Amino acid sequence: MTDSKTADTETADLETFREQTRAWLEANCPPEMRKPATCDADVFWGGRNTKFASEPQRVWFERMRDKGWTVPDWPKEYGGGGLSAAEHKVLRAEMAKIGARPPLSSFGIWMLGPALLKYGNEAQKKEHLPKIAAGLIRWCQGYSEPNAGSDLASLQTRAESDGDDYVITGSKIWTSYANYADWIFCLVRTDAAAKKHDGISFILFDMTSKGVTTKPILLISGYSPFCETFFDGVRVPKSHVVGTVNRGWDVAKYLLQHERAMISGMGERGVGRPLGQVAADSVGADAQGRLDDSMLRGKIASFDVDEAALAACAERAVDLAKAGQAHPAFSSAMKYYGTELNKRRYEILMSAGGVDALEWESERSRQGARPRAWLRTKANSIEGGTTEVMLGIVAKRILDLPGA
Amino acid sequence: MALVLTEEQSMLRDSARGLISDKAPVSHLRQLRDAKDPTGFSKEFWHSFAEMGFAGLLVPEEFGGSGLGFVEAGIIMEEIGRTLMPSPFFATSVVAASALTRGGNAAQKSEYLPKISNGSLLATLAIDEGAKHRPLQTSLQAVRAGNGFKLSGAKALVVDGHVADLFIVAARTAGSAGERDGLTLFLVNPKAKGVAIERTIMVDAHNAARIELANVEVNADSVLGEVDQGAALLDGVLDIGRGAVASEMVGLSEEVFNRTIEYLKSRKQFGKLIGEFQALQHRAAELYVDIEITRAAVMKALQALDGDVAKAASAVAVAKARAGTTATRAVQEGVQMHGGMGMTDQFDIGFFMKRARVCEELFGDANYHTEQLARARGY
Repeated sequence: MTDSKTADTETADLETFREQTRAWLEANCPPEMRKPATCDADVFWGGRNTKFASEPQRVWFERMRDKGWTVPDWPKEYGGGGLSAAEHKVLRAEMAKIGARPPLSSFGIWMLGPALLKYGNEAQKKEHLPKIAAGLIRWCQGYSEPNAGSDLASLQTRAESDGDDYVITGSKIWTSYANYADWIFCLVRTDAAAKKHDGISFILFDMTSKGVTTKPILLISGYSPFCETFFDGVRVPKSHVVGTVNRGWDVAKYLLQHERAMISGMGERGVGRPLGQVAADSVGADAQGRLDDSMLRGKIASFDVDEAALAACAERAVDLAKAGQAHPAFSSAMKYYGTELNKRRYEILMSAGGVDALEWESERSRQGARPRAWLRTKANSIEGGTTEVMLGIVAKRILDLPGA
Repeated sequence: MALVLTEEQSMLRDSARGLISDKAPVSHLRQLRDAKDPTGFSKEFWHSFAEMGFAGLLVPEEFGGSGLGFVEAGIIMEEIGRTLMPSPFFATSVVAASALTRGGNAAQKSEYLPKISNGSLLATLAIDEGAKHRPLQTSLQAVRAGNGFKLSGAKALVVDGHVADLFIVAARTAGSAGERDGLTLFLVNPKAKGVAIERTIMVDAHNAARIELANVEVNADSVLGEVDQGAALLDGVLDIGRGAVASEMVGLSEEVFNRTIEYLKSRKQFGKLIGEFQALQHRAAELYVDIEITRAAVMKALQALDGDVAKAASAVAVAKARAGTTATRAVQEGVQMHGGMGMTDQFDIGFFMKRARVCEELFGDANYHTEQLARARGY
């Protein structure tokens, strides 16, 4: 409720921006891109070997890219849109209003970019950020190892110094889309003698480097979004280390906050038809138009309450961060809740779908899209830090409980 | 609008918190309860509240109020929730003031609003009739008689009912229970002939009453808003009240949570602080997240009310439903984690549990509001 002139001017500018943005989106977002992607092939991930799934997908991506709006809040010099926090919020709200999907999905945008902006040197930012923004390079994340899951800092992939290079040997697991990725951001041990958090470095390298191999892992969903990734003497210039050598854990943790924020977003997808109406397709409705399964209806309504509340909390988390009032560990809180909520969503969808949701292979079921998605969600509360690890972080870092 | 408090709002919160925690900590409620205080709140403190501009916080400046919004009212309610302070703020300054501001004609506004602002008039909405909050089920009858109406029927959970100077009574002038059309709000003098008031001592030791109207005569000037068309006005006023109660529940939840966390950090068993046990840590962490999410939902609802009361219904339903389940969880965990101490009257934690139960019923519980959301979404 400030009445200062500058605040009024800012509000007026923001309203102008909103109107312009709305008009631009209306003119430029193809109708096909105004509904959620129905399967993974329908999502554009970019990269050297990428192909567009459809013409509207290409058009939408290119128009947004040309405005810098694949990464609206990154600085313009790195290919971003240079929007202020308030403008970015307006853009997101306007996109949500018409159901516009993100033009580009990318671990480069969600995870590596923020870490590079904070910890990268100028040369690294200039080299990598514009290619992420333009969807030219697709990234994957080399974090977990067979013996370093929840206890990530015990990772053993080693990088040995050899002149101007490191020689990297070891293996990673659960590397999402490693078989499609062009580059990897990877945690490696550069000092075997140091305490486990202190000898880790954060390094970038090309997946076509000699000695890199990937092997997809077949999951319960029947898909293979994750890989095992092997490094056999991979030679990487030392200049590819982000931040300080042996201080990679700082970068890793910072990036994890962004990863958790990204995964928590899965719990709040206010686009598309309300869950209750989706359920009505299979369950039917009574004379008053109420879902003809009162127990299921109650579960859906409770879910809707929690989903709307989580959406408000996600919005508030962004606002708090912008106001400098956010707790750095809050993304763990959101990650825990968002993933558990997404699992609830799919349990409801399976229950609502009944027998129809059990078909695994048919045109009618789009090759079992729903049961496969349901099974995929079970990983949400494991990947990027399990629910139990998240609750431990909240207990220790936010609540300051003893001995956690 | 950003879902964080502005600088002015933070200052308002700080001054309210300072005043309330200093003058009306939980022991204040305990004293009022133990003394069976006939008023049920501190009149002296209510006057300081008025002097601070809080009593007329929502009242437009032309009627002597502060002309602030629902986010600001929520800030005060949240602080009230932290110490469980009994105060006419909810019934008079939030609900009745909103009803008069939104529904009153010029004469009604200039008669009552300045008195609400200066703390000299207490007013309250009489809505519930059955055991549960069902506004459309209103069946208290108002029949035309001469130039006015005669009101007959009973109301329950009338907050501050035994001390109010003015009742705003929801009545049925047409149609039958369950219908939207035919509802009318009336301004009724509690001292009018035919009004019987029974103060009900509640589990939370806060003020409430049952009132009975037997052929109470009111003139045509006593209609607030339009005859038969009171539902829309009532919806808005109730939603404003719900946003306020939800804020109180956020304050209450957070306070009980903070007290519980302190207990986990000080109580030792098996040679350890009990806060070291992972079973308790994870439950505490879950509760923390619940409270944060609820706080955001409530703030969203208050901002929506500030934007346009008529369009805030779904956001309010989400907020009140969440506030109910979160407060219920917070007080249950609070008592459980305090162990045997949590069961004693001497410990304050039980006061929070009792108040949370009343707040949950006030203007619709979590089930009611979850149902409203389902209907709004068409399933």
